Amino acid sequence: MGFKHKDIIGLQDLTREEIQLLLDTADNMKEINSRDIKKVPTLRGKTVVNVFYEASTRTRTSFEIAAKRLSADTINISASTSSVTKGETLSDTARNILAMKPDIIVMRHAASGAHHYLAQRVSCSVINAGDGAHEHPSQGLLDMLTMRQKFGTIEGLTVAIVGDITHSRVARSDIFGLTKMGAHVRLAGPPTMMPPGIERLGNVTVCRDMREAIEGVDVVMMLRIQLERQGKTLLPTLREYARYYGLNPQNLKLAKPGAMVMHPGPINRGVELSSYVADSDQSAILTQVENGVAVRMAMLYHVSGGELATE
Amino acid sequence: MNLLIKGGRVIDPSQGIDEVLDILVENGAIKELGKGLAAPAGAGVVDAAGLIVTPGLIDMHVHLRDPGLEYKEDIVTGTRAAAAGGFTSVACMPNTKPVNDNKAVTSYIVAKAKAEGLVNVFPVGSITQGSKGDALAEMGDLKEAGCVAVSDDGRPVTSSELMRRALEYAKGMGIMVISHAEDLSLVGEGVMNEGFVSTELGLKGIPWAAEDAATARDVYLAEFTNSPLHIAHVSTMGSLRIIRNAKARGVKVTCETAPHYFSLTDDAVRGYNTNAKMNPPLRTADDLAAVKEALKDGTIDAIATDHAPHHLDEKDVEFNVALNGIIGLETSLPLSLKLVEEGVLTLPALVEKMACNPAAILGIDRGTLRQGAVADITVIDPAAVWTVEAGALASKSKNSPFLGWEMKGAAAYTIVGGTVVHSRG
Ligand SMILES: [Zn+2]
Ligand SMILES: [Zn+2]
Repeated sequence: MGFKHKDIIGLQDLTREEIQLLLDTADNMKEINSRDIKKVPTLRGKTVVNVFYEASTRTRTSFEIAAKRLSADTINISASTSSVTKGETLSDTARNILAMKPDIIVMRHAASGAHHYLAQRVSCSVINAGDGAHEHPSQGLLDMLTMRQKFGTIEGLTVAIVGDITHSRVARSDIFGLTKMGAHVRLAGPPTMMPPGIERLGNVTVCRDMREAIEGVDVVMMLRIQLERQGKTLLPTLREYARYYGLNPQNLKLAKPGAMVMHPGPINRGVELSSYVADSDQSAILTQVENGVAVRMAMLYHVSGGELATE
Repeated sequence: MNLLIKGGRVIDPSQGIDEVLDILVENGAIKELGKGLAAPAGAGVVDAAGLIVTPGLIDMHVHLRDPGLEYKEDIVTGTRAAAAGGFTSVACMPNTKPVNDNKAVTSYIVAKAKAEGLVNVFPVGSITQGSKGDALAEMGDLKEAGCVAVSDDGRPVTSSELMRRALEYAKGMGIMVISHAEDLSLVGEGVMNEGFVSTELGLKGIPWAAEDAATARDVYLAEFTNSPLHIAHVSTMGSLRIIRNAKARGVKVTCETAPHYFSLTDDAVRGYNTNAKMNPPLRTADDLAAVKEALKDGTIDAIATDHAPHHLDEKDVEFNVALNGIIGLETSLPLSLKLVEEGVLTLPALVEKMACNPAAILGIDRGTLRQGAVADITVIDPAAVWTVEAGALASKSKNSPFLGWEMKGAAAYTIVGGTVVHSRG
């Protein structure tokens, strides 16, 4: 089967088969990444524009490497979101970017739905590198790829996601992707960070506390706490957060033996994860980063038609 | 000029009339209601057979954006939209530029409406100076200049003490206070109703408690000060419960809702549709059912549109930064007539909520077809089927979530002071 979408806005919009295809392609891309010369001509002559309204060296670099390994020309634009409120609208920005005649726009934006808006107004492909608290599909895919490599399949896994669910686009993409692929998701976090109706997004259970959430699970996904975003009303102190919602060697024992520990990064050491857990054998954090490049190569490949590989 | 409106089903709850009658209008006033009336020489004749004739509809909550924001709407285009929607009178909110917090602005609105407006315009002044919530506006002056109510609509009066004093002071001046009930600290950076849809879309939510808590405060202040209070655009089950209870114990509280709160839920936001962004936000199916129930049992006194025109550039942006509000004057009547079709309201009850009650709440001499009254009359074609198209709307702005909807029912004639200001071609 082929990939029929012009854009990748979110995992909510993709079928199980399409996600499967992206993951299979990413597996193939991993092989390219282990060669001496890590470059194929697949996207030669194509232009990929990375537009980041929010700083994120990690995701931007990963997309840039992915594009370069496929031989695309890449351009990075960092725009400050504040310029939006000062008069330059997203549609103005879109027009300016379009003047560069890109084939693919990779964008990160602080506004949920910004990609939806952009994709309706441009003829080129749009890939969502994170929109507000909505979706972060490349992160969701790399998380799934990492799980699939370890467990062989996602079907039947139980995954706990712990932290600030309300503001997490990673959580939403993980929930959409994982439940579509047959996993069960358990959520835990302070009630101030648990949005209403979240259990209706898929096969999701909201747990009373973290211990209940991680008991017997295959994977523990810890979300990053962004204190600057939390303000002062969602939690009292990081110290207390770490105590009740942090992963440490003691509570990790509640999970299945050898359960995989994941985190979208960057980690607040000693807050979401104790350093001992973050650096243990059970941690897949660096594998996640590595898989990020392969997944983004697969995304770029499929939105551009996925037909140039024969060159 | 004189006018004979022949053979329409006349519905005038102010006189308990619901029968096929002729209406004779002379010199801008209602001269006679009866059967088989003859047209005096030179009188115009409106054939109303198969149509419904009601006291001119009144929209007690619109934003005309004039003065200062005429790029969105002005008194001419706004009243044209009102006429097209079957409204003979509108009350316009004070959040203009400058704010209508003094005689000069009120006088400007009154004069321009008289000179160029198609329908009656009743200005609403602000509760506080500049609607800043710091000091009371000169309500006596505002009333004298023509304001029929005061409101800081668009924002709540955040200080409870100031709201108390506003209710007390307004009572002394004999002017109604209209509350925009919203607890801003609970709203925070919310941009839509907080619920499953906001969770799925990753948009910041506004809890229903933000409306309910503010409604409760204002209702208790009205009770404490024994002052009349009108609550604008009620959208939640909880607010309606509070108002219903208050009415039952004799508090002088009235309220309005808007057609979008009984026609749409927050599902309309899906796709990040900025024409579904408004304040208060579209709520859930339970709230929508509660609004209908409250229309039925009389808890809701009036249907007003909160007609809030915005330029395309203010809506063609990311959802977060889009301005709140939708236009409503031209879609209100058919959306409200649907309530009759659904059995929520009888036609006379609908006319009460769209004409009689708004007039009574604002204390204006309208909302009746009594002999001698100003001949503000709406002739409704309940069977007219039409589609909402941006290009055909009289409003300067086109920010409607109902674009493309098929509507049933329209104003066949809108008659203001005995003059036909709109007729359906
Ligand atoms: Zn308001
Ligand atoms: Zn308003």
